[in-house]
Amino acid sequence: MAIITLDKVRKVYAGGVEAVKGVSIDIADGEFIVLVGPSGCGKSTLLRMVAGLEEISDGEIRIGERVVNRVEPADRDIAMVFQNYALYPHMSVYDNLAYGLRNRGTAKSEIDARVKEAARILEIGDFLDRKPRQLSGGQRQRVAMGRAIVRKPAAFLFDEPLSNLDAKLRVQMRIEIKRLQEALGTTSVYVTHDQLEAMTLAHRLVVLNHGRIEQIGTPLEVYEKPASTFVAGFIGSPAMNIIPVKSKEGRLHLESGEGLDAPDGFGAEKALLGVRPEDLKVDFEGGSSDDALSLSMKVIAVEPVGAESYVHGRMSGVADDVVVRVPAKAEYAAGVSLSLKAPRDRLHIFDAANGQRLNG
Amino acid sequence: MKKVQFQNRWIPYLLLLPQLSIVAVFFLWPAAEAVRASFFLEDPFGFGSTFVGFDNFIDTVSSSDYLRVTRFTVVFTFFVTFFSLGLALLLAVKADKVLHGSSAYKTLLMWVYAVAPPVAGLIGILLFDQHVGPIVDMAALVGWKMQIGVNYFDTGMAMTMVAVWKQIPVNFIFFLSGLQGISKSVQEAAAIDCRSGIRRFWTVTFPLLAPTGFFLLIINITYAFFDTFGIIDVMLKTQPGNDPITLVYKVYQDGFRGNDLGGSSAQSVILMLVVFVLTIVQFRLIERRVHYT
Repeated sequence: MAIITLDKVRKVYAGGVEAVKGVSIDIADGEFIVLVGPSGCGKSTLLRMVAGLEEISDGEIRIGERVVNRVEPADRDIAMVFQNYALYPHMSVYDNLAYGLRNRGTAKSEIDARVKEAARILEIGDFLDRKPRQLSGGQRQRVAMGRAIVRKPAAFLFDEPLSNLDAKLRVQMRIEIKRLQEALGTTSVYVTHDQLEAMTLAHRLVVLNHGRIEQIGTPLEVYEKPASTFVAGFIGSPAMNIIPVKSKEGRLHLESGEGLDAPDGFGAEKALLGVRPEDLKVDFEGGSSDDALSLSMKVIAVEPVGAESYVHGRMSGVADDVVVRVPAKAEYAAGVSLSLKAPRDRLHIFDAANGQRLNG
Repeated sequence: MKKVQFQNRWIPYLLLLPQLSIVAVFFLWPAAEAVRASFFLEDPFGFGSTFVGFDNFIDTVSSSDYLRVTRFTVVFTFFVTFFSLGLALLLAVKADKVLHGSSAYKTLLMWVYAVAPPVAGLIGILLFDQHVGPIVDMAALVGWKMQIGVNYFDTGMAMTMVAVWKQIPVNFIFFLSGLQGISKSVQEAAAIDCRSGIRRFWTVTFPLLAPTGFFLLIINITYAFFDTFGIIDVMLKTQPGNDPITLVYKVYQDGFRGNDLGGSSAQSVILMLVVFVLTIVQFRLIERRVHYT
């Protein structure tokens, strides 16, 4: 159990590529932090720096009170779960679990007790004599988890641990990891590119892009108030619709002529209006109102996903498709013009120049 | 492995024919000839031969010279295998960690592979030359008067060193590719689980290299037994007798220098049996302890 502090951490590779550009995060004791972002955003590099597998070019990482920049991975009191499990292929499951403890000089009886306990929690007791190659993907994943928990470390580090599993198993293991972390209360840092995994697991999310933090917050904060167009597009599926608007005399105008008040002090000419697919409602009456903005689009296709459907359409002045969530059985023919209503308090306004959020 | 069914049942045999004929012409036939010859006393000038039963074998096994050569062959094989595997593994582990200029480094370690055994022997002669050899000069500095071709121990050691030097590159290439085949994240997991690099090597890296090591062990024993012929021949041909030689070299010496074809054949038959037993023992015993993943 420990707090982990990242203070202006940078990673510059030989050749000058800067993978992590000054990241600071304070991770509370027992907190489950998820680093999320597209591939190449530096999330894995950051995790590996915490683990000690990558050198820290600049800045400081503290685990507990101790600065660990120059501390060997084995001495950092962390355990890591790897994407491809990284089990020792020549050792039995028992030895895989016991290896880290043996190297630390733990007493034999204590090792045995801890291995049995971990095996019981993870339900791998029947496989202790087997070699990793005799196990299925899900079982290997459990062994990898077991190897982490027997050590009772100050922190767990997860590097996309579920991405090699099939969809059903992934959901199951996701719930299990969450349950396990809550039960053990161990500080955890979890890396994933899957925004759903990030949302469901995290106490707090850290959204990374190009080696920088875009936003830190609870899953709902990040979803409700994305700090930038990048976060808005990355968190939530289907992604938030982004509509360019022009700013004139304190008002923001859509191409259709519809308008809304610009945020206080906003002076630039262009802005971006964001609206989530579930916030757009098909409007059968038409016309503007005080509490909702009215929009219209031409239907291209309807995507039924079972519990609901997504209507894709074109809106004049918008480059990408606009997506609207509708009830499952609603049917719209392609080419039909659809009137939409967006509640004004559900709108997100971003600066067109740098993508930053403008409204509170 | 994918199974392919041939339409015509003779085609598989036809495809195997080149390999089988090579085995027949270059192994089975000479081997049969050696077995036959080992039961005869051949006239040195080819005027006739007399059947002598097992006399050739009895003479060979009971000669003290043969026992001495056998003892040297075992010692020589042990040291050549041990040092060429050990040093190659050390170099490979170090080369695997080199970050800058690693390909130049690796190429430098490998190029000795291209040196033919007699040439290696020749270089060995130069290095150990009584008058200009740098190694002899170096030994003289610490008061060791090396006499290759005269002193039994010095000669044996020089042969071992040249044989090891010649064999290291092959082992190095295999060990290096074996090391690169070990998953990086397994090594990282080990770095988190175990502080000591040396302990990590023996508990994780080394066991995972075992399949490569087992393969190389067989290759190296075979090398020390048979392929060192060229080195020994070049280093000892011009020297007086009573030098350390291997069993294979003795087969040649007795047969073609001593003109004792029968005795020489008996020795080669014994060698064949030894290799046969050795192969079975190696595969039965050692492979069981090796992890293939």
